[in-house]
Amino acid sequence: MSLLEVEDLQVSFSTPDGILRAVRGMSFSVEQGETLGIVGESGSGKSVSTQSIVGLTEGARVSGQARFEGRDLLTMGDRGLRRIRGAEIGMIFQDPLSSLHPHYRVGWQIVEMIRAHEPVSKKQARLRAIELLGLVGIPAPESRVHDYPHQFSGGMRQRAMIAMALALNPKLLIADEPTTALDVTVQAQIITLIKRLQQEFGTAVIMITHDLGVIADIADRVVVMYAGKPMEYADKRTLYHQPHHPYTEGLIGSLPQTGGRGRPLKSIPGMPPSMVQVPRGCAFHPRCGYVMDRCLDAEPPIREVHGGIDHRSACWLPPEAVGRRTDDSALAAQSARRHGGDAVIEPASAAQESTPA
Amino acid sequence: MLRFLVRRILFGAVVLWLVATAVFAMYFIAPHDVARTLAGRQASAETVAAIRHNLGLDRPLLVQYGSFLWKALHGNLGYSYTNSQPVTTLIGQGLPVTASLVAGGAILWLVIGVSTGVLASTHPRSVMDRSATAFSLFFYSMPTFLLGEVLLLVLFFRLHLSGIDWFPGAGYVALTENPMEWARHLLLPWLTIALVTAATYVRLTRGSMLDVLGEDYIRTARAKGLSRRRVIYRHGLRAALTPVVTQFGIDVGTLLGGAIVTENVFGLPGLGELVMTALSKQDLPTIIGLVLLASAFVVVANLVVDILYSVLDARVRLS
Repeated sequence: MSLLEVEDLQVSFSTPDGILRAVRGMSFSVEQGETLGIVGESGSGKSVSTQSIVGLTEGARVSGQARFEGRDLLTMGDRGLRRIRGAEIGMIFQDPLSSLHPHYRVGWQIVEMIRAHEPVSKKQARLRAIELLGLVGIPAPESRVHDYPHQFSGGMRQRAMIAMALALNPKLLIADEPTTALDVTVQAQIITLIKRLQQEFGTAVIMITHDLGVIADIADRVVVMYAGKPMEYADKRTLYHQPHHPYTEGLIGSLPQTGGRGRPLKSIPGMPPSMVQVPRGCAFHPRCGYVMDRCLDAEPPIREVHGGIDHRSACWLPPEAVGRRTDDSALAAQSARRHGGDAVIEPASAAQESTPA
Repeated sequence: MLRFLVRRILFGAVVLWLVATAVFAMYFIAPHDVARTLAGRQASAETVAAIRHNLGLDRPLLVQYGSFLWKALHGNLGYSYTNSQPVTTLIGQGLPVTASLVAGGAILWLVIGVSTGVLASTHPRSVMDRSATAFSLFFYSMPTFLLGEVLLLVLFFRLHLSGIDWFPGAGYVALTENPMEWARHLLLPWLTIALVTAATYVRLTRGSMLDVLGEDYIRTARAKGLSRRRVIYRHGLRAALTPVVTQFGIDVGTLLGGAIVTENVFGLPGLGELVMTALSKQDLPTIIGLVLLASAFVVVANLVVDILYSVLDARVRLS
């Protein structure tokens, strides 16, 4: 049994313009301790998918199945979900400043999290909070625990969020664009930290990002999302070297390349579609370079393609048409940029992050 | 903090001085003769002159102004022209009445306004929300005197006719004298002032809560698995209170200077009544004293709001 199995998840909202179908049939699974990457442009439904399965999307109509250790999250009701949120599924978000409550001390917020789920005294919870802050690389945690979020730097805030999310040793961590709002060097530290804690605690991670570089760093398997649907499933290696879906190809192709000086960045033409009026047929066809007649009115099903084990794609191109272009230099450049030329940056370097005066 | 306080208190003193000077100037620019009014229609010119001399009104204006300032600095606001009582004594009699009225009313409107606002914001566009809006607009657009009279008509007069004397029609009993009677006499005035004012707080709380509930840290609170109640009150309302506190400080400060209409409708001998009498009798020392007091309340209320701000929100520094 997988840790989390999501099947045919549909999420829609009523808006003044009509029904907005944010997620239109998303399926994925996460195994114990592994990292699943979910990639896609803004508005592709990545965040909505994960937030709706834990009941964080208010006013949404959600259908499908989301089994967490066999229990269906979508039917268990708010009381049951509350016990799982935080304790079994931890979450971190994009902007660590706005995600922490500005009026409460960082330590208080972690203590609140612990005491919401475990019958421990304030003192015990506080000690645990200090220990956690130390664990995520915050220097002098016993004094920093009394600080307010605005007294932390961006990287430290995200570390604090991670400390809070992992306070109760959850089985799954949903990381929703955790590095997007951070400096490039800090991004690397946060990714390294998540990787280290994941190994230490055996936590499974869902990494939601639009940054293929982050995926290259951390993911085992990847789902590419477009217009609320999964377009391609593959392990990381297959995805980068033998992508099948033209959208995946476009995403990889738009990475900046080393030695690409003077050449314009490639981009995918057009804009993501409106989720109120999704194009007929394949949702990607208006932007696709390989568009064929049948793409215009028949929506391609997800089917096995020939890139690697469990490689699936929703495209009418022949299953063996994988890896039409491979350009590893772009990926290497992305990773090098992230790590400042080195492979790994030690988490201890968190101490170098300065606190705003 | 200390520097902030000192600066604000000095600034407040300057405001009070300017206000006093303005009232003083306006009083002497306006055409009237208080000595003649006091002396009555039949009085001879000598009597009027004697009264004018007694009140010190025959001295040069600058001398009067200087002597007023000098005495005010020593806590002496002069004596009422009409009944020769010290102005500070008159204020001392009226202030407890007004303070009782405002304190009870403020608690009531804060509770009604904030709780209705929270309910409306947590059920946006629902029946609850719409009726809260209707409720607040209804009382917001109702003049205080009308609401007061309606309450009197229904809860005093009609009940009285049916032989039920729950609410008195007018008057005031000191808290120290009889707490039960004190509350009974103030209940209708409290309700009047609270209903008229609560509307602002319903709208303010609702708007502020809707903003806050859309914030990322509310999502975090929910992601932590906290109860809905805790998310709304501990995380939502806590952050949404800041604009409410500002409005509350200003409202209380303003009303403490005299809730003229409410006091008038319910016959409460508070500062508002004192203002009305002093104005109609051209009683300069009392007028200046009351205006100064009202300004002082506003100045202090603003100071308290600023200090509260820094307590509520750690990002705000007093400087």
